[in-house]
Order: sequence, then C-alpha cells, then structure tokens
Amino acid sequence: MEDLRFQHRVRARAGGTRQSAIVGVVASGNLEVLVERVLPDAECALDIKTAAIGFGEVWTAVIGDFVERYSPGGLRFSINDGGARPDTVSLRLAQAVRSIAENGQ
Amino acid sequence: MTAPLKDITPAERARSTSFYEASARTRLDLLLDAGSFVEFIGPEQREVSPHLKIFDLPEQFDDGIVVGRGRLDGAPVFVAAQEGRFMGGAFGEVHGAKLTGLLRAARQVASIPVLILFDTGGVRLQEANAGELAIAEIMRAVMEARAAGVKIIGLIGGRSGCYGGGGLIAGCCSALAVSEPGRIAVSGPEVIETNRGVEEFDSRDRALVWRTMGGKHRRLLGAADVFVDDNVQDFREAALELLGLVGPFGLDSLKAEQERLADRLRRYGACFDAVDIWTAEGIAHAETVPELPADQFIALADRIGRTSRDAR
Amino acid sequence: MNTSWQNNRAARDARIAAGAGLARGKVVEASDATRMLEAVIRPGDRVCLEGDNQKQADLLSRALLAVDLAKVNDLHMVQSGVVLPEHLDLFERGVAKRLDYAYSGPQSARIARMLFGGKIELGAVHTYLELFARYFIDLTPQVALIAAVSADREGNLYTGPNTEDTPTVVEATAFKDGIVIAQVNEIVETVPRVDIPADRVHFIVKSDKPFFVEPLFTRDPAAITEGQILTAMLAIKGIYAPYGVQRLNHGIGFSTAAIELLLPTFGERLGLKGRIATHFALNPHPALIPAIESGWVRQIHSFGSEVGMDDYIRARSDVYFTGPDGSLRSNRAFCQTAGLYACDMFIGSTLQIDLQGNSSTVTTSRIAGFGGAPNMGADARGRRHPSEPWLKAGAESDPDSPAALRRGRKLVVQIGETFGDKNVPLFVEKLDAIELAEKLNLELAPIMIYGDDVTHIVTEEGVANLLLCRTAQEREQAIRGVAGYTDVGRRRDHGMVAHLRERGVIRRPEDLGINPLDADRSMLAARSIKDLVRWSGGLYAPPSKFRNW
Repeated sequence: MEDLRFQHRVRARAGGTRQSAIVGVVASGNLEVLVERVLPDAECALDIKTAAIGFGEVWTAVIGDFVERYSPGGLRFSINDGGARPDTVSLRLAQAVRSIAENGQ
Repeated sequence: MTAPLKDITPAERARSTSFYEASARTRLDLLLDAGSFVEFIGPEQREVSPHLKIFDLPEQFDDGIVVGRGRLDGAPVFVAAQEGRFMGGAFGEVHGAKLTGLLRAARQVASIPVLILFDTGGVRLQEANAGELAIAEIMRAVMEARAAGVKIIGLIGGRSGCYGGGGLIAGCCSALAVSEPGRIAVSGPEVIETNRGVEEFDSRDRALVWRTMGGKHRRLLGAADVFVDDNVQDFREAALELLGLVGPFGLDSLKAEQERLADRLRRYGACFDAVDIWTAEGIAHAETVPELPADQFIALADRIGRTSRDAR
Repeated sequence: MNTSWQNNRAARDARIAAGAGLARGKVVEASDATRMLEAVIRPGDRVCLEGDNQKQADLLSRALLAVDLAKVNDLHMVQSGVVLPEHLDLFERGVAKRLDYAYSGPQSARIARMLFGGKIELGAVHTYLELFARYFIDLTPQVALIAAVSADREGNLYTGPNTEDTPTVVEATAFKDGIVIAQVNEIVETVPRVDIPADRVHFIVKSDKPFFVEPLFTRDPAAITEGQILTAMLAIKGIYAPYGVQRLNHGIGFSTAAIELLLPTFGERLGLKGRIATHFALNPHPALIPAIESGWVRQIHSFGSEVGMDDYIRARSDVYFTGPDGSLRSNRAFCQTAGLYACDMFIGSTLQIDLQGNSSTVTTSRIAGFGGAPNMGADARGRRHPSEPWLKAGAESDPDSPAALRRGRKLVVQIGETFGDKNVPLFVEKLDAIELAEKLNLELAPIMIYGDDVTHIVTEEGVANLLLCRTAQEREQAIRGVAGYTDVGRRRDHGMVAHLRERGVIRRPEDLGINPLDADRSMLAARSIKDLVRWSGGLYAPPSKFRNW
C-alpha cells in the first residue's frame, strides 16, 4: 500500500449542504471516495491509500485537473483505492462532488 | 431491462434496479422507504479492519457492511447489508461485530424486525479466527433475538451469494427470500471441487452450480420461503410479505424444523442431481426448470408448496 | 524426353489409391486416422489443418501429431488459425517445420517462445484474406484437413453455421490436385444442406466427439464498465451520427459491445434509429440482440457463427444469411471482402497505439496475429462506389481536390480506454511490435492497422479526428490530446491541444453534450447474459460458462 496526500487552495466553496457522502467500492480496479465538508471554504485535501505503488505522478495530474475543474472548496476526500485506472478515479471524484452537492444531511 | 430515465418514482426505480448488480448502499436506499435510512457506525467513523493493514491490503471505511435502521411501509426495521464486491463480502472482526451489535440491539428492543441482505463468500481468510468467532456470535445473537420475539428475514440475491458462515446464519433466520442468481450453501463450488475432485463437482459448470445452490433450487426445497425476480422492489415486497407470515418461535417450531429437515434427507438423500429431486417432487420436464421465467417458476413453486413457514 | 503436363494429377491419384486401402468408400475409422494421414501425406507437403476462428479439426490435429516421423515430417503448415496446443506440438515434434498463418489468439505466448527458440520457421503472419489469396497463388495446399458437422456416404458435407474458411480451403486444394480429408461429427443419409459437394472430398473420418468450438464473440454485459459506456456514447454521438454510418464492422471488444447495447437506449433517444448501424459484416454477437429486436438492424453477413446463437439466427432469417435448412451460412472470405469493400466503417480496439496512430496487438511476449482486423481496418483503394460517410471522410482529409476526382475514405476507428488491464497504457511512444521485429530480424514489424489508415481515435477523454490533421505534428498532438493520463497524454502541448479542440479536431464529452456522470450501466439495453436471453425470447442459449442461473 502507498499513502499519498494532496492539499490545494481553491477558488470557491463546493455547492450543496450535505455534510458527507460516499461513493464507490474497494475492489480490484475500483475505489471508494468518502467526502466530508470539514475544511475552510478555500481549501481542499485528499488522502489516498492505494494498492497500486508508484503512480504518484499520475495521481498528481488527476487531482490537479479535478481540483481545477470542480473547485471543491471546504471538502476533504478520503480514498481507499484498489488499483483503479485514472479515468475511474476522475469519475468517482466527480460522483463524490455531485453526491455531496445534493441538499440534505 | 431498458434504461430507466430520470423523474421516476422510487418504486419504479427500485423495480428497474437489479438487486444482483446494485451496491449494498443502493440496495438499502431503494429497499427502505425513501430517505428513511439512518446508518450506525457509518464510513465517516472509519471503523476499519485492524487486520488488513498487516497484509498490506486495502481497507474499506465500513468494512464491507452497512448497518442501521429505517422504515418499511412506515414501520421501523433494523437492516444490515453486506457489500459483496469488497473482499467477497467476507466476515472479518469489525464486519461481524457490526452485525452482532445490531442483532443484540434488536433483541433489547424486541419489537423491531431485522432484515439481513446477505452477500458473502464466508469468513475473511486474513482474519479467519476473528471471523469464525463472529459467525458463532452472530448465530447466537440471531437465536437470542428470535427467542425475544424478533423476526429476522434474510434477503439473498447478491453476486457473492451466501456461503460459508453466511449460509449458517441464513439457516438460523426466521425466513429467507431469494432470487434466481442468489446462491445459498456452506461449502462453495471451488471448495467442493478442491476437496472432493472435479468428478464430484465441476465448479466451472455454472449450470450445475446454480441448479445445486441457486435460488430456484433453494425455493423448491423449501429452504427459502419466497422466490423473487431480481430487482430491489420485489425484494422489498417479499420482505413485507414475510414479516406478515412469520409465526412465533419456540421449542415447537424448532422440533418442526428438525422434522422438516429429516424428512427432506429421507426423501432426497439418495438423489444424484437437483434435477432428480425436482423429478421426485413430481415436476414434469424438470430439466427445464432453470429456463423458466420468474412468473412461471413462482407459479410452479407455489404449486409444489414446500416452505419452512411452520417450522424454522 | 517424355514431357507430362499432369504429374500433379497422377500424384494425387497415387495418394488417393494409398489411402483407399484404409477406407470403406470414403469413410475411414477414427482409429485409422493416423495411418491414413501417413499414407497420403508426403514429407515437406504444404498442409492446411483447418483451424478457423471457431471450428477446429481437432481429431485430425491429434491424428497428425501421432504420425511416424519416418513417413511424415517437415511439413509446411498453411492455416489461418493456430489455436489448439496440438497445432504447435506439431512443430515441437518435428512433424512440421514451416508456418504461414493469420491468427494465434490463445497460443500467442507459446508461438512467440517457439519463434524465438527457432522451433518454427516463420513464413509470414497474414491477414485472413491475404492468406486465402496466397492459397491460390503460391501457398496452395497439397493436403487439406477440414472439419464439418456431418457428411453423407458420398462425401457431401454440411459444415453447420460455422462454415467459415472451409469453402476457400477446399476450393484451393481440390481444384489444384490436392487431397481433402474431412472430420465429421456424424455420417447421415442426407445432409441438411450441401456446403461442400462430394466430388471435392476424398476421405471422411467420423469423430468420436463433436469438433471443438469456442464462444469467442460473447461479451458478458455484466462486465461492461462505466468508462466503456462513456467511450461508446462518444463514438455514437461523435462519429456514427455525424457521418451517418449505416454499413459497418465491429471489433469484438467490450467497447463495441457497449455500443451495440446502447443503440436501443442512447441511440434511440438521439433519434438515430434507421440512420446508423443498419447493415453489418459481423459474427452473430449476442450483444446485438437488443438492437435487432428493437428494429435497428436490417442485415448481417457473418465470418463464422457463435455458440448458442443457432436458434435465434434460425428465427431471424430476415436479418442473417441462412441456408435452405434454416441454419446460418457464414463464409469468412466473402465476409472479409464485404468488410473491406462494402462497409464504410471499422471500429475496434487494440493493445497499443503510437504517436503516428499505428496500432498493434503484438507485445514482446505475445504474437497473436491479426486475423481480419487489418483488412477491416484499412482503406480500400480499389473501392469505386460512393456513399455519404465515405465521401464526407474523403472531403475532410482532402478538402482541396475537385470533388469528382477525390477519393472517399473508409472510417477506421480505434476505440479504447487510455489504460487497459493492470493499468497498462494504451498509448506508447514505441510499439512493442517494432522491438519484436528488431529482435526477430523481421523485414516488417507486425502492425495491425497502419496510422495512415486510422481516421479517428476514441477514448474516454474524447474523439480525435485525424482526417482533419494537416501536419505530422498536429496528428501527434491530436493523439496525445485523447491519451488521458498516460505518459503520452501527459506530455501533450497544452496550447496546441486547445487549438485542435477549437478546430473540432479533438472533441471532449462536453463538446458533444455528454456528461460523463450520465455514463451509467443503467444505459445498457441488457446488463447481463440473462437479459440477452430475455430479449431473444428465450431463443439465445448461452454456453454454461456465461450462466448465473
């Protein structure tokens, strides 16, 4: 397993009122993303535990694009990764943002 | 079969969602009254397995089981749903403890039934001792809850089936509902093949696997009380139906269950294949049973009429 | 000098006479098959051992493997498929020495080892059509060992739905003084239909069990991912729709299976029914059943058949080609020709694509061959009939020529996810095929589809239209621009990729009005094999390995 951590300054706070959401499942080629609204509006953080060793550069690129595109201010993402492909990671992150942007608890 | 569009009612969504394919969370979301689910020890509490790290394996924040409470047609229920894709839905220490705790809570409350959405290959190899202990604790908790008057319904139709200790726990429940892709057994196909040889059981012959362990066979034998089509709405309706049908639990029902099982062994113990059993049950063209559509099969199963409703 | 112009005919007659002693009429017992082969085959013969994509002359393979090496050795095998372990055992044992072939899917790793080890003298790796062509020019078999479902006493053969290569192999062998030996599952009074007339068949061996057929074209909808669904949506909206592609061939991967399953849902919503995907050169893919049942597909001609599809095909003869007996009649040579000349698009997957767009499924440890893909995935320079997609593609690639003199272009689309199994990248700087060619001293690297034939590349990141690229540099950046997070993708020139996107050379999901979050498995018309059975009204009978009931 490899642990990675990313912190970004972002333009804007993520929409919605839910406090947390979870998408995905930990399986081969899949991952779960737990997202929680626990940070100041201009920050976001991602903690990753991944079964695929040595993909730090790819994660950096995937996360950079994601943050640029969705501006997930105030959110902390905790990821358990079973070795998902980058496009699956991007999709789950987008699903997590959509999920927490819904109104509710 | 075709894609559901947006703007449909929860029931329509549940009807168009395959139970087999859905995640544990989606199953609960659609099974219970809309918005009624409240999770206990949710993923944000990060109550993960203490063992997987030692094996350098990925963890899941809910350890592969979602437990909580919700409402079914307005009435409160406790629920547990295993995630069959995380480590095959296998029981580990935390996974098992969450279910044990839920069942003990149900015993204390005594008036709220429990739904268990099984989806498991059995005990997790990496935490086998803790997992085996958990199975024993859960079986005891099931029986104690039932003795206190709690109805416990098992719903089986996930991709990992209901194997190993899961099969034992299912056998302790008040009643079971199963779908065609659902499987119930203790030893899985590969285990049997490994121990007894491919001549005894060819685990790659999937038609054999399903006619030996699959939902249709389990329903015809009376091990499962209701057969449902593979969608979440049908499981919801089956759970409601079974909650209305389950009778009181006590020494008499246990004796009746013992007699039912002894009778089953007498009748079919010598049968070589499930088709022989179906034929012995008086089903014409028994070999076509696996091909029957759900509605025709349900009519057939109702005609044969074997259930464990008076026993268990 | 005594000049004879009929030496080959005399030699053939001598071989038939040598074999006749082991036969009753034309029928040879399975237990005599090896002795029979020893009697009619000469050392160094060119032998076609029917190994098709689907149907395998497995009994005759085993019989040939058991021959006395003093009588039969150093054969030159000319066969399209090297698929069974016995096909390569022949070379290990010394029964055969030289090989010309087209496809070796399941044996791809072993064939690579044997080529490196010098166990096989390689002629060439062909396309199907190319090898068939050489059967009539310089690789004509002296002996053909073929497979059929049944024969009558005269030797008329019924091949069943998997006719495949048999008519081509027999044509080349029987009409050039060769010997044709068929293994059959049963001998009957009257065959259901005559696929091969008796006068082209010299001996028949009754097999003790049916010939081996592998379900190669069945893709379980349960295994289709969200990424494949997104990619399929991009292909439908970004290529099928704007070009109005009606006549086409699909590859066998999961991405094209996803397209087949999206036609009745996503395609229907886009109003494309009847406008795209109406005529196919395609094996009977089970994944196409929902589109057929929804009235999308008018006609399909097939290379071979697929296990479990027989009853469905029989009941849908308006769509498939069937014989007087009602069962499918396939023909690989004709279907390959149809795919080459009468289809406006090929769309399929590959393992590696380089910066020029060359693609290959060969890796340094696996030589799979390409079967039909290079013919399907090539512009047909001999084509002369116009069609809307062909003319539009031609105009995009060559806007300056006068329309009446401008060639059209076949759409050759490579579709795939940027990362494959185990996170192996689809895009590479240098193909493994080139390294292999260097290692083996091959004159030609085993390229499946040449970059200059590829018109579009589709990944989950978007569609690259290479027809609109005017320079090699633009082409390279267009490819990098859809290569996602692979090394090739991350080394893109961001400014140039943005410019290509403005010109419509690269189109992202949002440019096509597609939200990646909508790419959900609920979009598939069938999400399991069981759903396909239901769509077929119970006519599709999937093999046991695909069941979960």
